[in-house]
Amino acid sequence: MADRILLAHGSGGKLAHDLVQKMFVDVLGNPILAKLDDAAVFTASGRLAFTTDSYVVTPIFFPGGDIGKLAVCGTVNDLAMSGARPLYLSLSFIIEEGFSQKDLEEIVNSVKEATDEAGVTIVTGDTKVVDQGSVDKLYINTAGVGAVAPGLNISGSNAQPGDEVLLSGPIGDHGIAVMSKREGFSFSTKLESDCAPLNDMVADMLAASSNIHCLRDPTRGGLATTLNELAKQSEIKIIIEEERLPVRDEVLAACEMLGFDPLYVANEGKLVAVVAAPDAERVLNTMRKTRYGKEAVILGEVVEGDSGRVVMKTHLGATRIVDMLVGDLLPRIC
Amino acid sequence: MCLAIPALIESIKNEEADVDMGGITRRISLRLTPQAKVGDYVIVHTGYAINILDQHEARETLKLFEQLAKAAEEER
Amino acid sequence: MKFLSEFRDAGLAKGVVSQIHRRSKTPARFMEFCGGHTATILRYGIRQVLPATIEMLSGPGCPVCVTANADLDKAIALAQMPGVIVTTFGDMLKVPGSHSSLQKIKAEGADVRMVYSTMDAIHIAEENPSKRVVFLGIGFETTAPTVAASILYAEEKYLKNYYVLSTHKLCPPVIKALLASGEVNLDGLICPGHVSAVIGSRAWDFIARDYAIPCVVSGFEPLDVLQCVDMLVTQVEEGNSKVEIAYRRGVRPEGNPEALRLMHEVFEPCPAQWRGMGTIPDSGLKLRSTYQRFDAECAFDIDPGPTREPQGCICGDILRGVKTPLDCRLFGNSCTPEDPVGPCMVSSEGSCATYYLYGRNSGR
Ligand code: SF4
Repeated sequence: MADRILLAHGSGGKLAHDLVQKMFVDVLGNPILAKLDDAAVFTASGRLAFTTDSYVVTPIFFPGGDIGKLAVCGTVNDLAMSGARPLYLSLSFIIEEGFSQKDLEEIVNSVKEATDEAGVTIVTGDTKVVDQGSVDKLYINTAGVGAVAPGLNISGSNAQPGDEVLLSGPIGDHGIAVMSKREGFSFSTKLESDCAPLNDMVADMLAASSNIHCLRDPTRGGLATTLNELAKQSEIKIIIEEERLPVRDEVLAACEMLGFDPLYVANEGKLVAVVAAPDAERVLNTMRKTRYGKEAVILGEVVEGDSGRVVMKTHLGATRIVDMLVGDLLPRIC
Repeated sequence: MCLAIPALIESIKNEEADVDMGGITRRISLRLTPQAKVGDYVIVHTGYAINILDQHEARETLKLFEQLAKAAEEER
Repeated sequence: MKFLSEFRDAGLAKGVVSQIHRRSKTPARFMEFCGGHTATILRYGIRQVLPATIEMLSGPGCPVCVTANADLDKAIALAQMPGVIVTTFGDMLKVPGSHSSLQKIKAEGADVRMVYSTMDAIHIAEENPSKRVVFLGIGFETTAPTVAASILYAEEKYLKNYYVLSTHKLCPPVIKALLASGEVNLDGLICPGHVSAVIGSRAWDFIARDYAIPCVVSGFEPLDVLQCVDMLVTQVEEGNSKVEIAYRRGVRPEGNPEALRLMHEVFEPCPAQWRGMGTIPDSGLKLRSTYQRFDAECAFDIDPGPTREPQGCICGDILRGVKTPLDCRLFGNSCTPEDPVGPCMVSSEGSCATYYLYGRNSGR
């Protein structure tokens, strides 16, 4: 049983102490975390962004990442989408009794890698172990704090008629990569999740233009849902072009097989930017120079009228409405 | 009704085949198309090949479309 | 994807569209029988590129939508029995029966599992020898052979805990009933592509012959549907009524004889209840007596109680093509894909759901 997580690991006693030291402090080590006080104390000034999210992905290891990487990237990206420079993260685990220590180690190593890449620090954390069956293997919660430059105003309600809509790359990679490993779906593919921290790309974009109105990462619910949120918040209409929509072959094929529309499949390393038209090309070129924006495109534009609606010009030159995702994606046969 | 997509048979073992559909691989049953061979395209519905795709007919149909498109171009 | 993406090419589509415009002179009403065609038409906005002479009507070809409440109630009752696992395709989970849906009772603790293939259901039966595994068989002639195959697999593997609740439906009898009712006037029928891949285009001969209606079997890519419309228009203009195929890569006149053989080996025709259309003779499939031990209807004592139809839902009229979703008072108000009242709002091929998703205004 030595290589399993026991209830005692979450009890606050010696085992718990050892686990925290060995698993977390030694790996993620930094002066703030190493203090192991009840709260992290750090200095920050000016405008701050603060966000939190919980991660419950199944399976916890998937092609291109795992729940640890996801928990860092997700929160880093949420901060970045408000224009913030991510600084500090908290990291809490809820672990099912009997979970493999080796797997936990691997997940913490992924956390470490992702925080290194994103340039953020884990300053506080918590571990709870619960009875078998109370959770499915392991859940993670992260919260994050970031610094927002003075005067910067990025919001889902800022889109204006005439703006261009940019997308940082092909859609649906994460959702399909994760699904390929789920019970009952079993298909295999070289496709990997796009899970990645986008804060560097955002920093470059903000440096290139002061006319970026909205930023958002189309995670669950997919691109269609994100575009609908923007259209509703800003009370404008968005027109996108099917011809410009980047979708990898594998994603298209899996979607055809399962009866999904790629517009509704989750992403974890993509962003949508709404940019004033004169700056759109410049922002696009900036994105294309970054690691995660090489395949960026201008997908469509913001127009007046029909407030809150998203439409797509189809290959045939007709238009159709693109609605939000309703319910969850269930594979279908007809 | 009846979502079904073309897939290329890459290998066959007994009554089952591994097929490629645009970069994803899946095991399917050939129970309904026992005559299918490696290299055939089959139409897959719920994990079963329901028919062998006629590649010759597919090309003929596309040729027809190309002619129509050309004719429409010239009309303009 | 090969043999798929080519049939979505916008450039090629233009040629067919302009030929349709050139040829179509007489006003004509075409029905796409199959929900898959409805979805293609709305997803690509095909109605918008067709000339005003052509009216498109959706038909009853969505297996989820036509499944009667009585059948759904049986599946739900089965799933509530101890020691039973009900398996089915994702499509069926959300469909409301008289009192609940499979998804809802699953949340309440019933063992309901979604599968992609009947082979997955067989695996579940193998892995759970102490449980009885029921597969809820829905679908037309495309799907029925795959369910027949699963029963044969179960027999070969000596599986004693695999059962099928067959609610399968057959397409030609329902089209016949629809036409015989005289409720809808059609100038052409778009016949289902993947059903025809199994039963063959010849299965539609009686429509062209007895009802003098042009029939064209179509695939599901936009170019397939456009080619199909073009062929129907040509028949209308020339005064013909014959059966043609606009999906030659997938459909042959004789269909797939082996699939048909397996289907007939395991199943035999029976009367079936269709939502909105009542009971139609020989339009369903039940297990032959040789395979009775796999028949959930025989193996279980199912008593779901009386059925209840959703108040105000006009799914039945929509399925028969006499009304459109826009005629339903509940559409978009109390009936939405998140909270569907009728089955036409559940299946993404259901008329109501496709109207809702792809544009309330794209129907003409
Ligand atoms: S909108 Fe809803 S209630 Fe009305 S017919 Fe369609 S499914 Fe039935």
